[in-house]
Amino acid sequence: MSNLLKIRNLHIEGFYENQWQPIVKNVSLELKRGEVLGLIGESGAGKSTIGLAAMGYTRQGCRLASGSIDLEGTELFGASDEDLRLIRGSKVAYVAQSAAASFNPSHRVIRQYAEAPVHHGLKSYKEAEEEAVELYRRLFLPTPEKIGYRFPHELSGGQLQRAMVAMAMSCEPDIIVFDEPTTALDVTTQIEVLAAVKEITEKMNKAALYITHDLAVVAQVAHRIMVLRNGKMVEEGETRRLIKNPKEKYTRDLLNVRKSMDNHEIDPSSDVILNINNVAATYTGHDNVIEDIDLKVQRGQTVALVGESGSGKSTLARVITGLLPRTTGDISFLGQSLSTTLKQRKKDDLRRLQMIYQMPDTALNPRHTVRKVIGRPLKFYFGLKGKAAELRIRELLEKIELNPDAYIDRLTTELSGGEKQRICIARALAAEPELIICDEVTSALDQLVAEGILNLLQDLQNKTDVSYLFITHDLATVKAIADKIVIMLQGKIVEQGEKKKVLSPPHHTYTDKLLASVPKMDPDWLDTLLEERASTYL
Amino acid sequence: MENLTQLIFKRCLASVATLFVISIIIFIGVELLPGDVAQAVLGQQATPETVDAFRKELKLDLPPMVRYGAWLKGVAHGDFGNSLANGRPVADQIGWRLGNTLFLALLTSAIAVPLAICLGMLAAFYRNTLFDRCISISTLSFISFPEFFIAYILILVFSIQLNWLPSLAAVNENMGLGTRIYTVLLPAMTLTCVVTAHMMRQTRAAIINVLASAYIEMAQIKGIKRLRIIVLHAFPNSLSPVINVVALNMAYLIVGVVIVEVVFVYPGLGQLLVDSVAKRDLPVVQASGLIFSVVYILLNLIADILSMLSNPKLRQSRI
Repeated sequence: MSNLLKIRNLHIEGFYENQWQPIVKNVSLELKRGEVLGLIGESGAGKSTIGLAAMGYTRQGCRLASGSIDLEGTELFGASDEDLRLIRGSKVAYVAQSAAASFNPSHRVIRQYAEAPVHHGLKSYKEAEEEAVELYRRLFLPTPEKIGYRFPHELSGGQLQRAMVAMAMSCEPDIIVFDEPTTALDVTTQIEVLAAVKEITEKMNKAALYITHDLAVVAQVAHRIMVLRNGKMVEEGETRRLIKNPKEKYTRDLLNVRKSMDNHEIDPSSDVILNINNVAATYTGHDNVIEDIDLKVQRGQTVALVGESGSGKSTLARVITGLLPRTTGDISFLGQSLSTTLKQRKKDDLRRLQMIYQMPDTALNPRHTVRKVIGRPLKFYFGLKGKAAELRIRELLEKIELNPDAYIDRLTTELSGGEKQRICIARALAAEPELIICDEVTSALDQLVAEGILNLLQDLQNKTDVSYLFITHDLATVKAIADKIVIMLQGKIVEQGEKKKVLSPPHHTYTDKLLASVPKMDPDWLDTLLEERASTYL
Repeated sequence: MENLTQLIFKRCLASVATLFVISIIIFIGVELLPGDVAQAVLGQQATPETVDAFRKELKLDLPPMVRYGAWLKGVAHGDFGNSLANGRPVADQIGWRLGNTLFLALLTSAIAVPLAICLGMLAAFYRNTLFDRCISISTLSFISFPEFFIAYILILVFSIQLNWLPSLAAVNENMGLGTRIYTVLLPAMTLTCVVTAHMMRQTRAAIINVLASAYIEMAQIKGIKRLRIIVLHAFPNSLSPVINVVALNMAYLIVGVVIVEVVFVYPGLGQLLVDSVAKRDLPVVQASGLIFSVVYILLNLIADILSMLSNPKLRQSRI
């Protein structure tokens, strides 16, 4: 079969630090009709940039420097804006990572579906509307006749993502670029979207570029996989071959991140430092968001709190820290009952309970240096100033494996995502806490970077005996780091216990569903799962 | 979450509370004005006895609290009291002038708001081009000149040289709408020059702010034309700041145009207020101040409600 898309020796540059610097270096790829090519790599690998280049589009501040992008005989490199506009949406369509941000909040979903085909003069609004309903049905959206007439905020994340897959199909394009379409979703929702992607690519025979950082995900949908790093191709190969027999070390690293770490054994008799007893809380005054929460954390233990978004994990963290007052129950910390609200807590209670957040970008003041960020809790809790503070900051930086001389005077904006998260950890450690609540601390990071952070946290625990309450929706992380697992669903704890016990059968039905939803590095995993589910529903 | 009706109701309550506080501030402010109204009305020759008698007649000898209470009660019944200068009811003096002021403000808004928003959208569309800079420079130059200066330039061009428009905006009750518009066109143009820049800059900034959103990139990737993206995708999402700046400018057009009124000898409320302050005509000053406050609060209230309505998340509470 002939090639639909042929990219040859593509170079893309971005403008930063006052000069053009290469982002994508000499990448070539081919895509045949009906074929799915997976592009995989960490952030900064240039995956999205290549995906967008397939439609002749570059983000603000980037440019196509050289090379050739041949779309069925039409050269996109150097084509006029108007020519490019005509192929965008109609010949090549794009599915973005965050559907919630990519739908215009002021327009109804179906209107956004119909916009491109009507604008490109391919269909009337009425035709587009009817097709949308049909596609919504094929992608298993609930009430397909009505759902399109809602505004984006009235759909869930998974529904929106499927609606966007449908929207990409609206002009019946030849190629669809999927850019991390499931990264922001829970594992259980991810399956729905992956099923939708399969429906489109296999049954409707569309060619696609599937961009992700998750090898197990791309293994489910792609025929071939291309591994990228720092804008260069590392290796490319047929999916099964690449997973079974990777040639490059980097690919092997990516394949290995999901392996579990060695856990230290904790003494079962070590004292309970956090004891949550029958706690409930609400935002509205009625309708509890979390209820009947009983939970214990021992010294030196890592308790993983697992659940989908909306299950109440972060709410529980807010209740423990006092940001949200509990309505009933008791929380005792180191043997003493904690006040319900933050304001009434003693400085020492605040110090002993620290928090690390999901987004290191927003958790650090962009105008502060590393010295100031870490020095602040030192001054606040211990009154350390001048030389003493300086020494302690350096000591903490060494603990988090960053070279003090190189980092102490940097602005937080001059750090990478992983480094920022390390600084957040140092800031929490500066208070010498007994318990650190880690709220999805690795979900915004690339897998290899995340693994580094998890290793660091484990190390620090071994050295200082600090306890972690680890909030996450990622079961791979849980397997790697937890001593004890607590599973939440709709504001309640459905199962909790030692890691081995929870992860081995028999499971609670929900735990079972969660575990089954984690993609495996097996290209047949999704098909098998979908078949199983279909047969159980029949 | 609260629904829209509740939000609006709360916002209205807050407005009433604000108005009450403002009535107190106005009253105190007027109390603090230097000089004595009885003395001012009767002139230098009046004997202390006559002045005292006159003060009694005007109830100026009563304590401020009592007078405030009486005033507020009157206002609540639509009675603003009588002018101290000529004894006529304040409402009669203010009524038709307020009408004139509102007419000029509405006419100016009708020209300036669409103009500013269109220019703002065009400036955003042609962002960082020569066209964008020209729009910005010209509108900003207008706002930088004093109002009277622009007024006289316009008079020079349109009344004296071209002889198209009257330089005096002498409106009267018998004029039809057409003649009326023709008569006040010059002051309206002057004010348009003054308020456009602000609204245009805000529109441009709000749209450019939204242009960085992921859904705008999505629209571009769908192959939508740029002008359509600005008008249909970006503008609806940047309404809230635009509505607010429009409201502020409309409020300015009603309460802050005394200079333009003087230049064009236009019988509006601003001129009356300034005259009354000079004459120590306290009831008129208080009434005008209160009306201006009401206008301000009302416009801000409307702006807030419209902002809420422009947000689909707040607009519909049904699922």
